Amino acid sequence: MSDPKGPTTSRRAFLGSAAAMGTGALAAGVAHAEGDPLILEKQPWAQEFGDGVDETPYGLPIRFEDDVIRRNVPWLTADPISSINFTPIHALDGTITPQGCAFERHHSGAIELAKADYRLMVNGMVGAPMVFDYADLERFPRENHVYFCECAANTGMEWAGAQLNGVQFTHGMIHNMEYSGVPLRTLLAEAGYDVNGDHSGKWVYVEGADASSNGRSIPMEKALDDCLVAFKANGEALRKEHGYPVRLIVPGWEGNMWVKWLRRIEVTDAAVESREETSKYTDTLADGTARKWTWVMDAKSVVTSPSPQAPITHGPGPLVITGLAWSGHGRITRVDVSKDGGMTWETARLAAPGTAMALTRFYLDTDWTGEEMLLQSRAIDETGYVQPTKAQLREVRGLNSVYHNNCIQTWHVKANGEAENVEVS
Amino acid sequence: MSKFLKLFAPTATGAAAVLGSAYFLADQLVTDMPAPARGEIVSAAVADTETQATTDQASAPVQLASAAPARDGGFGLGRPATEDEVRAWDVKVMPDGRGLPVGSGSVADGETLFSDNCAACHGEFAEGAGNWPKLAGGDGSLANDDPVKTVGSYWPYLSTVYDYVHRSMPFGNAQILTPDETYAITAYILYSNFLVEDDFVLSNENFLEVEMPNAGGFIVDDRPETEYPLWRAEPCMEACKTSVEITMRATVLDVTPDVEGDEVAAETVAAAPAETAAPAEAETAIAEAPAQDAVGPDPALVAAGETVFRKCSSCHQVGDGAKNRTGPHLNDLFGRTMGGIEGFKYSGVFQEARDAGRVWDEASLAEFLAKPREYMSGTKMSFAGFRDDQDTDAVLAYLKTFDSGE
Repeated sequence: MSDPKGPTTSRRAFLGSAAAMGTGALAAGVAHAEGDPLILEKQPWAQEFGDGVDETPYGLPIRFEDDVIRRNVPWLTADPISSINFTPIHALDGTITPQGCAFERHHSGAIELAKADYRLMVNGMVGAPMVFDYADLERFPRENHVYFCECAANTGMEWAGAQLNGVQFTHGMIHNMEYSGVPLRTLLAEAGYDVNGDHSGKWVYVEGADASSNGRSIPMEKALDDCLVAFKANGEALRKEHGYPVRLIVPGWEGNMWVKWLRRIEVTDAAVESREETSKYTDTLADGTARKWTWVMDAKSVVTSPSPQAPITHGPGPLVITGLAWSGHGRITRVDVSKDGGMTWETARLAAPGTAMALTRFYLDTDWTGEEMLLQSRAIDETGYVQPTKAQLREVRGLNSVYHNNCIQTWHVKANGEAENVEVS
Repeated sequence: MSKFLKLFAPTATGAAAVLGSAYFLADQLVTDMPAPARGEIVSAAVADTETQATTDQASAPVQLASAAPARDGGFGLGRPATEDEVRAWDVKVMPDGRGLPVGSGSVADGETLFSDNCAACHGEFAEGAGNWPKLAGGDGSLANDDPVKTVGSYWPYLSTVYDYVHRSMPFGNAQILTPDETYAITAYILYSNFLVEDDFVLSNENFLEVEMPNAGGFIVDDRPETEYPLWRAEPCMEACKTSVEITMRATVLDVTPDVEGDEVAAETVAAAPAETAAPAEAETAIAEAPAQDAVGPDPALVAAGETVFRKCSSCHQVGDGAKNRTGPHLNDLFGRTMGGIEGFKYSGVFQEARDAGRVWDEASLAEFLAKPREYMSGTKMSFAGFRDDQDTDAVLAYLKTFDSGE
């Protein structure tokens, strides 16, 4: 490749001859320079142009990372239009989930709803029913918060036994983003609801604009406490699949309540008992009775690496064991890791102090001798709640709860570094 | 009906105890809630409240402050909603019947409507098809290893059935059912669960008289009492167990999708061209389309058609290995005899078309896709039709790429 802006002629001539000598020496197999060819030889990226600034107005990850994608489990649902996919948490670090690989769950597909076509109605037991458009929302005082969003069914396929061999599939119905939006409290006040009055018996029913019109009932205390009507995530507009242009944030509570394409907020005097809060998202116990209104996501953690999709590839020596912890009740205060299936535990290092209802990253920097491990993690939150084992959960709930499985997960890491999803005694 | 009247009396008592001792924020609220309609028959007269406006459009004017709404937010943003706007969007139905419109529908009418609008996914007898939800059966199965949760066996409120069918069904063509049709379909679902007789007519008048077998089968979240106290002890750090055995391995089941590395991921995408989800597939189609043939389809139109086809793909497959699902597969569609896929259960109108020897071509497909129910009156296809001719053109261009020319 010619290089009109390259070094001076004399310098280029010198380098060229050196390179020719080097190549010849290597080819002849005599007196070759010792070391890594990636260092000893000139590489094209060190000589030629890369992309100009007009190449990618909005960038995607480099092609070498194209396996870091959301994945679906086709047999799980009848149709991808009403289904779920999974965040590749085995391949991510830190705590913020990029929007492009954050899990999706739709009940009637991800719809395209333009800001210009967006309307939000607040009605019911308010001073006056109101309609806000998108521009209105951007004129209310705004807040920023980082929260995790976990589907109540995350880990739900594991109740009866170890089933899916990858943390993306066992724990990937979760993401964690920084949201910008208007407190729901502000909008209720704007519609004339007395936010300082008596809220007993009051509910807020929230509903989406898509064909499933997913609707959920939220107790007024929660609605006024920390719910957010959000339009930005991680600094940019929400993605279509996450409810563009506006979704509801219900911190610490099950993802189904985070209604996307939010179109209506109604103050009611009772729960609506919609399909998604009766026939679904209710937790069947061993005697056939079901719990309803199980909104809070209890404390949970999982080792994301090593794990079945992220085996150890480097042999014995320094090993970073890492994972995520979270609690719908508040901050994570501690995470313990066991390498022997729960016989002994050591306390992991939190990358940063836990923040309420957001993911916390933990690390256990260890020296791996190459021995087999039964890796586990257990989270403890600010209420003192300790993440239970699957046996403990089953003892209370049986095998058919489907939702809210926050059990301790075990990975069997073999001597060759591969890992498998297992259950242990 | 009596054999379904299991009201879980002990459970109801348990729920009351939970309510009494709740301390956790959300449950605290619950203690202050008015008693839900669970297990009670509430007169339809209770619907006579402030939401009457949504139930009876002819009367009951809604109070609407249009000039100076009584709100203390103070930002002066937004505008008052009109009465018609609230009526258009606020169609929810509460467990006590508030929000039910005046109307009625019979089991007999419901059977026909269900067959036309619902049976493709839910089965002719609401027994479910494939992986789609079962709406009938499962009586007494909730404590079994494999509970079957249907309207009859699980759903606590009939209002939920009406509300959901009216607002969110049929799948892919929601909000087409009138109140009378919704009452009829709801009645048929009850009949399919042996909860009413075949001459039953459901209406807003008798709606609350229907007893749901599992109405008493739910308790409010009791984790704060039954779980949290158990799991707040300081956890063990050393010698917590004497031994550990692996008792189950995920690889034995082998139900995990292949995920190892780039090649496999690429294969997955390539193997499922008719599936809908991954944006990468649209790129694949764009890349492949020019290779089809030089005088062939406009690649941009084909790519647009693939996107449009997502509306169809919940019922129709196309491409390598395409099978009949809710609708027939669409390979080699052009030149195919209407109703001509062996083994697919067509509606009567398509059987007639087949017997008449009618054949699909571009013109007939375009007409059908614009207004399916006008072109083929009686078709089971629930799709309402493309409003935009460009969508029809695009999807036909896309489907043509699956024409083998035979």
